[in-house]
Amino acid sequence: MHHATGRPPRVGDAPAIRRTLIGLVLITGALLILAPLVVIGVQAFSMGVGYFGATIAHPDTRHAIFLTVATALIAVPVNTIFGVAAAWAVTKHDFRGRRFLIVIIEIPFSISPIVAGVAYLFVYGLQGLFGPALQSADIRILFALPGIMLASMFVTAPFVARELIPLMQAQGRDLEEAATSLGASGWRTFFSVTLPNIKWALLYGVVLCNARVMGEFGAVSVVSGNIRGQTNTLPLHIELLYHDYNSVGAFAAASILALLAVVTIIAKVLLERQGAGRRSRPALAAPIVEAKP
Amino acid sequence: MTRRRIIPGLPLSLGITLFYVGLIIALPLGALVFKAASLGPEAYWNIISSERAVASYRVTVLSALAATLFNLVFGLALAWVLVRYSFPGRRLVDAIVDLPFALPTAVAGIALTTLFAPNGWFGGPLLEAGIRVAYTPIGIVIAMAFTSLPFIVRTVQPVLEDLDPALEEAAQSLGGSDVSIFWRVILPILWPALLAGTSLAFARSLGEFGAIIFIAGNQPFSTEITALLAFIRLEEYDYQAAAAIASVMLITAFVMLAVTNLMQARALRYTART
Repeated sequence: MHHATGRPPRVGDAPAIRRTLIGLVLITGALLILAPLVVIGVQAFSMGVGYFGATIAHPDTRHAIFLTVATALIAVPVNTIFGVAAAWAVTKHDFRGRRFLIVIIEIPFSISPIVAGVAYLFVYGLQGLFGPALQSADIRILFALPGIMLASMFVTAPFVARELIPLMQAQGRDLEEAATSLGASGWRTFFSVTLPNIKWALLYGVVLCNARVMGEFGAVSVVSGNIRGQTNTLPLHIELLYHDYNSVGAFAAASILALLAVVTIIAKVLLERQGAGRRSRPALAAPIVEAKP
Repeated sequence: MTRRRIIPGLPLSLGITLFYVGLIIALPLGALVFKAASLGPEAYWNIISSERAVASYRVTVLSALAATLFNLVFGLALAWVLVRYSFPGRRLVDAIVDLPFALPTAVAGIALTTLFAPNGWFGGPLLEAGIRVAYTPIGIVIAMAFTSLPFIVRTVQPVLEDLDPALEEAAQSLGGSDVSIFWRVILPILWPALLAGTSLAFARSLGEFGAIIFIAGNQPFSTEITALLAFIRLEEYDYQAAAAIASVMLITAFVMLAVTNLMQARALRYTART
């Protein structure tokens, strides 16, 4: 980035190439990436602040926000505990099938959310494995909050683990081994030795996990049943409003999630300054490749 | 190498991990495979080779290919500009590259549809030029390109950052032009990372749903993607067809997972060597 004056120009540094490339990339980027964000804001307020406020304050919207937040409040902590446990097991210990387990943890990233939703239907739906038993016990999982939470957990299961595993792998086991040999318990070792070293990466994973849980659409739309005012999360509510020809209302609701996306990106940048996240992998969905020791 | 296992917590952490993986990941996927397998080979084949299903594969794969090719060029250019040049707002552009990851797919879907609809900011002028985007396969390509762009940028960026200037200097001192150095020195080094990012972007495009269904028009045989067909079969209570089609997507996902893992391992080995 800093071009030392005495050095010969690098490939592509000729002003004509430079200007053309920057110009083309910025224009295309603005059209493809920035424009959708702008159109959300413009559309959301196209019928005035009053209409925007009325949409947000509508009981159905409020309920959708409540469902989305409730889902995140369960799914994110559960996935965080899972991610930490998985990373601890996989990086601080040797056992048979370790590599295989890492691959399995990553699987949800590769699978279409629709496939995830359909798969859950065949576990808890009436035509699924446990459906009839659940019905006779009068337990509702699908088309209710538990189904939405389970599907969200599937989709985001790898988020925390994939941030922690490469980092803890690179950090090795020396510190934990030293702490243990000095008599610290497992919990004490984790909280006073491991956690301080992984806290930013952990937070990074949690932030990304939360963004995906709150925004999940495909998997949740299969398992939710889409009952207005009952099982509509915010993304599903947006779809409903949009198909009701209430496009402005849909964009008003969408602007909340767009704001969440912007906050997520800001948090991501701040956490990256603390050294979290690795630029070597895309932020939300690549398989973990273990570096050879 | 023998290593004494002295760090505690394996039974608990592995127990939690296996329980969760079993309940949340393995059980549903197993149930799906079980359901699809219970159809019997003939019924299964009839569903997955039906005309409408095959048309949906064609739409999905061709659109994903087009979107990935676009991102291969644009993603590389974007990564190049971000790494090699300094200009006002560079860090902001760098942050915004992640927007397609952070923006929920349904939100991206309605935003892109509004932009490219016949009365939209882009759709109107494009329509006057004779190009219809919304409710055509081009719309699907745009939605896929939007959601999968960061994969290629974020995979190529670090390799570009680590590129040793000495390589270029050596090539320049031998009299190579910028164009020939790019093609014969730089691109071969970037190629493994580009391929890895490309396969990730392609896999993501194959499975994308939320961003596409708003803009696609969803007409069987022309703008209906496979994920939507599975969804429609569910809504028709045709669970067998939904299971069969979803299982095709699942198998494709596993194949793509193997390919991306291979590509990434290759890219890592390659960058470690250079």
